[in-house]
Amino acid sequence: MSLGLFDVSVGPKGRAPLFLPVSLQVAGGEVATLMGPSGIGKSTLLDAIGGHLVYGFAVSGRVELAGRDMLALPTEARRIGVLFQDAMLFPHLSVGDNLAFGLARGVRGAARRAAVEEALEQAGLAGFAGRDPATLSGGQRARAALMRALLAEPLALLLDEPFSRLDKELRAEIRAFVFDHLRARAIPALMVTHDASDAEAAGGVVVQL
Amino acid sequence: MKADGRALRGVVALALLGGFVLPIIAGFAQTARAAFGVLPAISAVDWSLDAWRALLDLPGFGTNLRLTLVTGVGSTVLALVLAAGFVALVYGRWAGLMGRALIPLLAAPHAALAIGLAFLLTPSGWIARMLSPGVTGWDRPPDLATVNDGWGVALIIGLLIKEVPFLLLIMGSALGQLPVRGQLAAGRALGYGRGMVWAKVILPQVYPLIRLPIFIVLAFSLSVVDLAIILGPSNPPTFSVAIVRWFSAPDIALILPASAAALMQVGVVAGAIGLWIVAEGVARRVGLWWLRRGGRGHSAGPGLWVAGGMVAVLFALGILALLSLLVWSFAWRWSFPQALPQSWSMRAWMTPGAGWGDAARATIVIGVATMLASLALAIAWLEGEDRARRGRAGWAQVMIYLPLLVPQIGFLYGLNVLFLQMGISGGMLAVIWAQMLFVFPYVMIALSDPWRALDRQHLRAAAALGASPWRRLVAVKLPMLVRPLMVAGAVGFAVSVAQYLPTLFMGAGRVATLTTEAVTLASGSDRRIVGVYAVLQAGLPFLAYGAALLVPALVYRNRRGLQGGAR
Repeated sequence: MSLGLFDVSVGPKGRAPLFLPVSLQVAGGEVATLMGPSGIGKSTLLDAIGGHLVYGFAVSGRVELAGRDMLALPTEARRIGVLFQDAMLFPHLSVGDNLAFGLARGVRGAARRAAVEEALEQAGLAGFAGRDPATLSGGQRARAALMRALLAEPLALLLDEPFSRLDKELRAEIRAFVFDHLRARAIPALMVTHDASDAEAAGGVVVQL
Repeated sequence: MKADGRALRGVVALALLGGFVLPIIAGFAQTARAAFGVLPAISAVDWSLDAWRALLDLPGFGTNLRLTLVTGVGSTVLALVLAAGFVALVYGRWAGLMGRALIPLLAAPHAALAIGLAFLLTPSGWIARMLSPGVTGWDRPPDLATVNDGWGVALIIGLLIKEVPFLLLIMGSALGQLPVRGQLAAGRALGYGRGMVWAKVILPQVYPLIRLPIFIVLAFSLSVVDLAIILGPSNPPTFSVAIVRWFSAPDIALILPASAAALMQVGVVAGAIGLWIVAEGVARRVGLWWLRRGGRGHSAGPGLWVAGGMVAVLFALGILALLSLLVWSFAWRWSFPQALPQSWSMRAWMTPGAGWGDAARATIVIGVATMLASLALAIAWLEGEDRARRGRAGWAQVMIYLPLLVPQIGFLYGLNVLFLQMGISGGMLAVIWAQMLFVFPYVMIALSDPWRALDRQHLRAAAALGASPWRRLVAVKLPMLVRPLMVAGAVGFAVSVAQYLPTLFMGAGRVATLTTEAVTLASGSDRRIVGVYAVLQAGLPFLAYGAALLVPALVYRNRRGLQGGAR
């Protein structure tokens, strides 16, 4: 399973693209890094890959995941997870319901609860299922967000500066937590960051936009 | 995915076009035909200008028009000045307290407030009773026209009590989009007085954001009927009241000049809005000249306090008016100079069979149906915008708010003629549909901003987790928006309860709601009975607002992220 970008470029419709076409192969378990100055379009490229482009922007080139063309599919059918700067846990749902949100329909009843409990345990959040997400600390939220993304069994994961809101120590800890899980599950990942230490820790290809 | 969004948008646009715009145009066409002599129903078939000549000759025509312009434009200008001064005075100080004080005044239908105000201000009203005989020396009500006065002062006061809170609400939400605190500090650091910073820095930024609501207030004040019947000059009345009288006069020959007048009313509103836009240009020039002179205006303080004092008096009058409804509905014996009833009784409340039971039931059924349908349409519209991933086009904005900008009387009568021909006049459905014309825009006003303010990242997160557009709507958007949805529903219900003209015309006299009954009974009926109607009329919206605040607080009592967020 790998994520492939072939001459991908993004820009406002009918205008020049934001950056030169990008080609890239990310194998399962690898974390590739996108770097570059603010405003160059790193996050826009992630939006295009994940299917979150706003109206008025167009993407050219090909994005392949597990041999399928992604750009033709609607967002929800791509199975590409995203981690944002903020954890973006749904404020109206409990922590457990947030995690269960991405679980496949086929997982029912007790199996559903068990899957959530297991994920919470892996994130060091055992017993947090009934909690209000607003009462979690920053690190706990980040771990819960990763678990929510992983429970949806994504074929690839996009990381949009997910560690930038964390302080230095927590940053290293959460980063290791995320990367370990990605490697263990052989999920290809693409990360946008401004921080060289993130790229170093990722250990994968670094693309300068 | 895109195609789905397009289909949804198409359905909504068709519903609005077919349900709102076409009927309004058809109603206007019908009115215009009658204004130029053609109304086959009363066997008038020749095109002519007779209707206009007859209109000009109708007794009181000139006075009608003058009264409408003075009360409509005057109350709008005053409401804007008072609201602006008041906001400058209280911003950041007693905002929370004021917010809560506004709710009853915003929720109360015009008619209920007007009846309460009449109970308060008439020579035999509560204020006179409190001051008599001690201060005034009266031991019987004097012969003064404090309500229905020939100048329209009581009508202007009534309009102000409803419009100032509305403008304050709108200004409040507009101010939320501006960095007020910082600019206030910056302006004062440059030596400008607090009031001057408001006038020269903040208000010019607020005004464009509240322009449309101001036009709505202006159009409403120029064409209001129920409030003008209860508080306005009675003979001759304002233009809109006169038109309703001519339409419902026993002499059917008056329908033609009434139609001409209805068309003219549209011209009056359009002319006033046009004039307002010209005045905006002048104000911009004068304002810039004034601003460039650089006066620091340390003496502007007293002006703010005058505005603040007047608004406080208006609020006090409004609250007392609502209270007087309650007192009167429970009063039994209450002879003139007594400040409170000598004996109390539940008797007026014990006989729902006397008419208010049926009226209350009809009001609730129509209100709930109208509110639900409008809410569903609004959600469909906003979701359509989301799926197309684009904002609202200008024409769509105009189409949504059109019913609030054109005078109801301009097309409602003509529309009812069409309904009569189709045989659907006088039914509940016709009333519900006609009310939706005016309820839907308010629901959209209440819902649009919170809907757009929803953090889109949540929706991206949901999509990345595999949620389809439908699931994103049902499982993420709607639950996160419960609070604004409930508030929009309450607004819709309150607007529906308050509707007078659509109920009167489309119901063809067969659908009696609390509002139509209260307006009919207002002049000269037993105050205890009228009090019951008005208390119910004001109470239903108040309950709806209460539920709108209470339900989300209960459902989300364990969700800190959703408390106090979108109000």
